[in-house]
Amino acid sequence: MLLADSTAGLDTGDTAWLLASTALVLLMTPGLALFYGGMVRTKSVLNMIMMSFVSIAVVTVVWLVAGYSLAFGPDAGGWGLIGGLDHLGMAGISPTSLTGHVPTLLFATFQLTFAIITAALISGAVADRTRFGAWVTFIAVWTLLVYVPVAHWVFSPGGWVLAKLGALDYAGGTVVEVNCGASGLALALVLGPRIGFRKEAMRPHNLPLVLLGAGLLWFGWFGFNAGSALGANGTAAAVLLNTQAAGCTGLLGWLLVEKRRDGHATTLGAASGAVAGLVAITPSCGSVSLLGALVIGLAAGVVCSYAVSWKFRFGFDDSLDVVGVHFVAGVIGTVLIGVFATAVMTGGPEGLLSGGGLALAGKQLVAVLAVGGYAFGATYGIGLVIDRLMGFRASAEHELTGLDLAVHAETAYDHGVLGHGTTAHATVLAHPSDKAATA
Amino acid sequence: MKLITAVVKPFKLDEVKTALQERGVHGLTVTEASGYGRQHGHTEVYRGAEYRIDLVPKVRIEVVVEDEVADEVMDTIVTAARTGKIGDGKVWSVPVDGIVRVRTGERGPDAV
Repeated sequence: MLLADSTAGLDTGDTAWLLASTALVLLMTPGLALFYGGMVRTKSVLNMIMMSFVSIAVVTVVWLVAGYSLAFGPDAGGWGLIGGLDHLGMAGISPTSLTGHVPTLLFATFQLTFAIITAALISGAVADRTRFGAWVTFIAVWTLLVYVPVAHWVFSPGGWVLAKLGALDYAGGTVVEVNCGASGLALALVLGPRIGFRKEAMRPHNLPLVLLGAGLLWFGWFGFNAGSALGANGTAAAVLLNTQAAGCTGLLGWLLVEKRRDGHATTLGAASGAVAGLVAITPSCGSVSLLGALVIGLAAGVVCSYAVSWKFRFGFDDSLDVVGVHFVAGVIGTVLIGVFATAVMTGGPEGLLSGGGLALAGKQLVAVLAVGGYAFGATYGIGLVIDRLMGFRASAEHELTGLDLAVHAETAYDHGVLGHGTTAHATVLAHPSDKAATA
Repeated sequence: MKLITAVVKPFKLDEVKTALQERGVHGLTVTEASGYGRQHGHTEVYRGAEYRIDLVPKVRIEVVVEDEVADEVMDTIVTAARTGKIGDGKVWSVPVDGIVRVRTGERGPDAV
């Protein structure tokens, strides 16, 4: 009752949807952990999953202490480049503070879940060969120096991409997808290829895990895109429908290419195609019609299934195809807004097919180049500094042994009497109670 | 006595086991194995990248039988394990010098 006056302006329906969406988007990161975890070899699956889980913790702390303020605080200097320090540690924001019709604390948490998964996505480019401590350091620094400024440019009302340039990005095609893709490529180049890249078979060790992870990503993507409406309304419904449509045409597009090119439609292709379609519709879901969504998803599925072979052609080891899937589909979805945007959805700018000419496509391209270029350059620099200071790459011995055992002192599976993690040949060396007794 | 070793396709194990039981062979040892013959494995495709898998999963079946039935037992295994397609496996026999049943200490044919 005391809060009755101060909650004027709050919409409980919008708030309820955003609370649910926040939970959905957070679930995407454990989903990503399984998606990535299944694609690596048995010896490094726990390390792969751990890179995502630790991102949840590190990015949360960085975001709440400084990230939110610098991304969404009032613009510093009016350049549209970075926010201010007014809300460090969420200072000045109370439970009754509102952003639109929802609590600001909820909006900040919703945005936090985007920052988390973007950082975690990069891990796919450097699977199997990254020192864990260096990774933890990297995501803290990267979140502050790369994610936060880009989020300010694109998502903040004071950001230059949104406010000054007028480019459209509904749910993070540039901030999340192009950003993680360009950053992943930079980091893959800093670390160099895995031992045995292009010589040894590095097959996914558990495809059901990959499909489970892809399913969780898909489920969470409804919160990612439709939650970005920040309201329980018709726009959210249209966005939700576009998201589903593009995920499906992405899946089908990838399978068609595979069947024609390789003779088999694969489960990894289905999972990858769905993700490619969902990535591509992320920037465009709020500005295109259903037909546009169907075409954008299909384009992403088809193009990305070819793009993943680039790493073999050019020799960079983007282990799990962050570039081939996220960067390429992110670019497709962001640029095709310039073709398919309709005033019915955007309430203003129109794309080529609606008679808006090429102006919007040009702005979209500028946004992609700016975000991609900055993410690549800054991440390359951060990677080099961390490599110089503490060493970014795991030792050859650890890489060959597998990072699960070498870094975490664990193994994922008990394969039998002769394998690691065996029960038959395991001897208890010390229990925590023994240590307590001798302490 | 002869040790008969058969390396066959895993899905044929049950048929081989049943055929041996019907032929009166009461004990056998089965090991998971992998290997290749003339067909040299198979191909798998992940995101368009093809991988040649050299070692194909097989099961290795071992039985010890008396000399006079050895050929017949080998034929039984071959009949049960045959699909007619590439990769059906091999069966061979070698002489056994001695054999002891661990529980009773019996030796020779009594131990089989």
